[in-house]
Amino acid sequence: MALLQISEPGQSPEPHKHRLAAGIDLGTTNSLVATVRNGIAVCLPDEHGRTMLPSIVQYRADGDVVVGQSAAQAHTTDPKNTILSVKRFMGRGLKDVIHVEAMPYDFVDAEGMVRLRTVQGVRSPVEISAEILRVLGARAEASLGGPLTGVVITVPAYFDEAQRQATKDAAKLAGLNVLRLLNEPTAAAVAYGLDNASEGVYAVYDLGGGTFDLSILKLSRGIFEVLATSGDSALGGDDFDHRLFCWLLDKARIAPPSGEDARRLLMKAREAKELLSVCEEAPVRASLASGEEVSLIVTRDDFARMTEHLVRKTIAPMRKVLRDAGLSADEVKGVVMVGGATRMPHIQRAVADFFGQEPLTNLDPDKVVALGAAIQANILAGNRKDEEWLLLDVIPLSLGLETMGGLVEKVIPRNATLPIARAQEFTTFKDGQTAMAFHVVQGERELVADCRSLARFELRGIPPMAAGAARIRVTFQVDADGLLSVSAREMASGVETSVLVKPSYGLSDDEIADMLKEGIEHAEEDMGARALREQQVEADRVIEATEHALEVDGALLDDGERAKVEAALAALRELRGGVDHAAIRQGIAALGRATDEFAARRMDRSIRTALTGHKVSEIEV
Amino acid sequence: MGVTLTENAARHVENFIAKRGKGLGIRFGVKTSGCSGMAYKLEFVDDKHDEDLIFESHGIKILVDPKSLPYVEGTELDFVREGLNEGFKFNNPNVKDACGCGESFNV
Repeated sequence: MALLQISEPGQSPEPHKHRLAAGIDLGTTNSLVATVRNGIAVCLPDEHGRTMLPSIVQYRADGDVVVGQSAAQAHTTDPKNTILSVKRFMGRGLKDVIHVEAMPYDFVDAEGMVRLRTVQGVRSPVEISAEILRVLGARAEASLGGPLTGVVITVPAYFDEAQRQATKDAAKLAGLNVLRLLNEPTAAAVAYGLDNASEGVYAVYDLGGGTFDLSILKLSRGIFEVLATSGDSALGGDDFDHRLFCWLLDKARIAPPSGEDARRLLMKAREAKELLSVCEEAPVRASLASGEEVSLIVTRDDFARMTEHLVRKTIAPMRKVLRDAGLSADEVKGVVMVGGATRMPHIQRAVADFFGQEPLTNLDPDKVVALGAAIQANILAGNRKDEEWLLLDVIPLSLGLETMGGLVEKVIPRNATLPIARAQEFTTFKDGQTAMAFHVVQGERELVADCRSLARFELRGIPPMAAGAARIRVTFQVDADGLLSVSAREMASGVETSVLVKPSYGLSDDEIADMLKEGIEHAEEDMGARALREQQVEADRVIEATEHALEVDGALLDDGERAKVEAALAALRELRGGVDHAAIRQGIAALGRATDEFAARRMDRSIRTALTGHKVSEIEV
Repeated sequence: MGVTLTENAARHVENFIAKRGKGLGIRFGVKTSGCSGMAYKLEFVDDKHDEDLIFESHGIKILVDPKSLPYVEGTELDFVREGLNEGFKFNNPNVKDACGCGESFNV
C-alpha cells in the first residue's frame, strides 16, 4: 500500500490527489533535490544516503551516460567526455565562456549556445543539464512513490533571459514540469522561514564552490523582493583550497607537482580546510609519487591569514550591493549564509563584522537553497491552498527601446520586481509613416550603442497619418521566471505585433557588473550625449516640417518673408551638424520665431478651406 | 483497543513535531472519498475538538473523532522505509478490501 505522510491540519489530500512536488538546486558544482514531507522540507538522499549529486556528466563510449559521483572519478581519466560545471555554459555563446583554453572540452561554436563534442556526439549545455535533472527527478519519484506534478528549479538572481530559458528547456527535456524558476537567494530566505519573520531587509551571502553571489532581499507583508544583487563569478571555496595547496608547496619546499601528486595534495588541502571549520588545527600528511613526504600542521590562524585577500574580495560586492539598494549595513535585519564555503569561521567572522551581527548558520548551507525551493514547490503544486504566496524577483538590467537618434528609452528600470508589465506610447516620426521598427535593448547606458541588443521586430500596417498623430502602445511584460515578451499595438487600427525575447545568448554577470559600472562612470558624459541627440532629433523634425510647409504653402509668403525663414532654416541646419546642444536649441527656437507668422497664415487658410466645404481629408496641416 | 503507534512510528512523529515547532499530536481518521469509499486522514493537531477521543502511545497523543473510530479501531501505525520512499503504514483490522494503491479502502 501507499505510504502516508502527516499533513497540516485540515489539509489531508484527497486519495490519489496529493500533488508530489520537489525543489531542485541545479548548482555549478553540486545539485540537490528536496521535498516537503510530513510538513518539513528535507533533502532527498540517493540509495547510498548522499544528498549532494556532483553536477558532473560523463558520456561513455559504450553509450551510457553517467551522472554524479561515478562520473567524478572519470574526470581525470576521460576529461574530454566528462563535463563539469555545465551551468557556466547555459545560454552562453563560445565567446562568453571564460578560460576556454584551460578547459579540456572540444567546443563547437554553434549559433546561440556553445556545444560540446563528446564520444556520443555533439551535446548542448541544455542536454547535459537535462541529464542531471533526470537523475534528480527519478530520485524524487522513487522517494515519493509517484510521478512529480512539478518542480521548482533555482537559478542565480543574475541569470538573464537566455540562461533562464535554457534552464527551463533542460527541465522539459528531462520530462519535468517547471512550476517556476526561483532565484537562489530568495529560496535560501524561504528555507529560513524569513517570510514569517519581521518585515525588513535581509542579505544572502552565497559562497559556493566556484561562485560568489550576494543579494539584498526586502520582506514586506510576507512578500520577498530582491532589491539588488552582486557577486564574483570566479570566486569560491575552490580558491581557498588552491591557496592552501600553494601554501603547502611553499612550506614543504617542493616544486609544483603535476598529475596524481597535484590532485592528492589538493584533496589534502581541501580536507584540511574542512577540518579547520571545526578544529583549531589540522594535520596534512601525504607521500608523493616523487618520493617526497609532506607532513605539516596548519592552524586556523595560518589559514585565515593566507586567505585574507580572498575574504576581502567578498567585501567589495557587499558594499556595492548595499549602495545599489540605497542601504547601510546596519539597516540589514538578518544575514543568511549559503554554500559550503561559509562554514569557514573566518568568513563568518568577516560577515558578522561587516553587518554588525551574527549571520544565520543553523541550516546546512549546502542544502538551504534546495529546501527553500521545495517549500515553494509544495505551495505552487497546490498542497497549501490557504496560503497566498508571492515571491518577487528583480530585473538585473533595465529593459528599453531604441528611439530616434540611437537613444534608449527605458521602459522597465533595473531592479523592478517581477512579474511586471509596463506600457509606453510612442508615435510616428514622419508623415504617412506606415511601419515602425522596434529594437529591444538591455542596459543602463543612454545610447543604444552602449547597451546590449536583445531583439528587433517591426509593426506594419499603421494607417497613414501626420507625424506624431499615430499612437503606438508598446508593452513590455516580464513573467515570474524573468522571461520577456514585447508587443506593439497601433491604437486606432488595432494592428499588433509581438516578440518573445529569447536572445541567442546571454550576458555574463561580469558583463552585467561592467555595464552597471560603465553606466555610473559615464553618467555625465551620457547625459550630454543624450541632450545633444535629443536636440538633433528635434532639429531634424523641425527642419523637415518647415521644408514641407514651404513646399506646400510657400505661396503664402512674399519673397522677403520667405528669405527670412530660409535663413533661419539654413542657420539651424548648420548648428545641427555641431555638438553644442544649447546652440541647437536656440536655433530651433529662432526658426520657430521666424515661422510664427507663416504658421498662423497656414492655419487660417486651413480653416477657410474647411469652411468652404472641402473634405477634411483634403486639408494638409 | 483504540489506535496505537509502533515505537519507531512514535519516534518519527516526535521528531516531525519538534521540527515543525508546534503540535499537540496527530489526528488519525477517515473521510469518505476515493475509489473504494474511504480514505485515511493523517494530520498534525494544533487545536483539539471537544468530541475528540485521545489515545496515547509511546508518549504521542493520537486524536480520533468519534465518527472515524469504528473504521480505525485497533489500527496500529508503523513508519517504514521502502527503497527511497518512507512513510506511515497502517495495519487496520477493519479493512475488507483496499484499492490497489491502498490510499482508499472499504470496511
